[in-house]
Amino acid sequence: MPVKTADTAHNEGPSAFAQAAQLELRNVSKRYPRQREAAIGDLSLTVPAGEVCVLVGPSGSGKTTAMRLINRLIPLSDGDILLGGHTVLQREPRQLRREIGYVIQQVGLFPHLTVGENIATVPRLLGWNRQRIAGRVHELLALIGLDPEEMAPRYPAQLSGGQRQRVGVARALAADPPLMLMDEPFGAIDPINRARLQDEFLALQQQVRKTIVFVTHDIDEAIKMGDRIAILREGGVLAQYDTPSEILTRPADEFVAEFVGADRALKRLSLTTLAELPLLAPDGAHGAPPSPSASPADARRVPRETTVHDALSQLLSAGGEPLQVTDGDGHVIGLVTLAQVQQLLCNDAVPTTLEQAS
Amino acid sequence: MREAGGPVIPNYAAHSSSCVVHNHAFCWGWVDENWGSVLWPALRQHVLLVAAAVAIGFAIAFALALAAHRYRRIERPTIFVTTLLYTIPSLALFELLVAPVGANVISAEIALVSYTLLILFRNILTGLRSVPAEVLDSAEGMGMSRRQALWRVELPLALPAIIAGLRIAVVTIIALATIVYTIYDAGLGVPIHTALGEGPFKTELIAAGALAIALALLADGLLVLAQRALTPWARAR
Repeated sequence: MPVKTADTAHNEGPSAFAQAAQLELRNVSKRYPRQREAAIGDLSLTVPAGEVCVLVGPSGSGKTTAMRLINRLIPLSDGDILLGGHTVLQREPRQLRREIGYVIQQVGLFPHLTVGENIATVPRLLGWNRQRIAGRVHELLALIGLDPEEMAPRYPAQLSGGQRQRVGVARALAADPPLMLMDEPFGAIDPINRARLQDEFLALQQQVRKTIVFVTHDIDEAIKMGDRIAILREGGVLAQYDTPSEILTRPADEFVAEFVGADRALKRLSLTTLAELPLLAPDGAHGAPPSPSASPADARRVPRETTVHDALSQLLSAGGEPLQVTDGDGHVIGLVTLAQVQQLLCNDAVPTTLEQAS
Repeated sequence: MREAGGPVIPNYAAHSSSCVVHNHAFCWGWVDENWGSVLWPALRQHVLLVAAAVAIGFAIAFALALAAHRYRRIERPTIFVTTLLYTIPSLALFELLVAPVGANVISAEIALVSYTLLILFRNILTGLRSVPAEVLDSAEGMGMSRRQALWRVELPLALPAIIAGLRIAVVTIIALATIVYTIYDAGLGVPIHTALGEGPFKTELIAAGALAIALALLADGLLVLAQRALTPWARAR
């Protein structure tokens, strides 16, 4: 049986997306004629259904090539790729690609088609009827936070970079694919909007739960976006495939350690939010009392969703004074000090948002 | 076009107006009298000559451009041949065609078509090649076949360049078709030639020339309107 196609998602709302599918690469290699080195050498990895796998590595590590092997834009030389337990090599490539969402850095929206028509591309190729396509376009624009009535008739040239990128994601989701391939999707966006789009995308992924292969050269983005990270070295060799916290805590070798950076201890802090730390009671009853020079009322307040990384930065700029951690309603639920951050760093078993989620 | 045995200067009617007799710069009366017998038939033939030439030229150039888009090695020989055709002096080409083909409409069309090929081929190919690589990549990555990508993505995006080529070709051929009269008795070149042979009378020359210019402007305007209608996205900002 082929992987579940979009047709099975008929008349379903945004909360009922087609089942994501597991992706498995088995000893995949890619060699180009007249090139001695393989572009991809014996790559094996499994992405569980509904997880984000980030392919990251320096240029020349073949991460984009590896991604393009999956939807057969590049033919592989050896090995096998299974989607939902079935080999993609038996599939007609165009049929296969219509079942796999595809987002690239430059987005590649069709400039001559409206936003609505762009999103409708794959449903049209699949022969959906007009009504179903219109409904789906409306639903997807709402899902990515764009007003359907206003945005559907616009042309890509009339959108901001961030809007274009979101439309690109909506277009990839149009036929409800079990797998999405994303090649540096936020690479061409300025840093502030990139962070926002990343957050939005993670929130979207919480809803749609697709299996996603995400390519980037940016280790920080990989840590933020990935449930698992596959670090590739030159020649398309897998250096390490693990959760972000494992890679930061226990890099497999020198290459990985160097690639994730000497500040990997700090990076680990961005995997944890204040909500996951054992906070001091607001009155300072536990642990070290707050320094006498500042009463807790003067202390800075941070929401509990703040990453420990950002909280550390604020702690340092506050001269080590404790921060008040607030809940969603702005009530102070506890204090965080440098000592707690230090303790977290010493602790090997870092609790992560990912492990909590799974 | 005129019956034999007419007046020595055929388009002078026997009862000419004073404007014609005194040979003023331009005589509306002459135009009015000779519209149905001289100017309108010449204009109609001119339009047909140009329309046929551009249509046939477009079909050939389009096929060649699609082939060159897919197989790059076709481009150079095509450019070579079409440039060669383009540079042959037009009067010479018309005369050269008479011996093998005859002094007829086919010779005229072969010559006119050969002047459209370079312009149209270059513009269609440039248009197809101007499609951004990432747009093609996403078309392929979403599962379009080559043919679907060509018709749904590449050709629509190439339209501005294609229409720009058509505009140049149409205006060029409208001008060029005025010398078709040298081998085939049709088009606005006929009254122009007649007028040149008739000495000082200027009205026929000016009227036929003005019609050729007006036709060129009209055709160009229509193509601009067509482009606006077909490529609303190009103006969206």
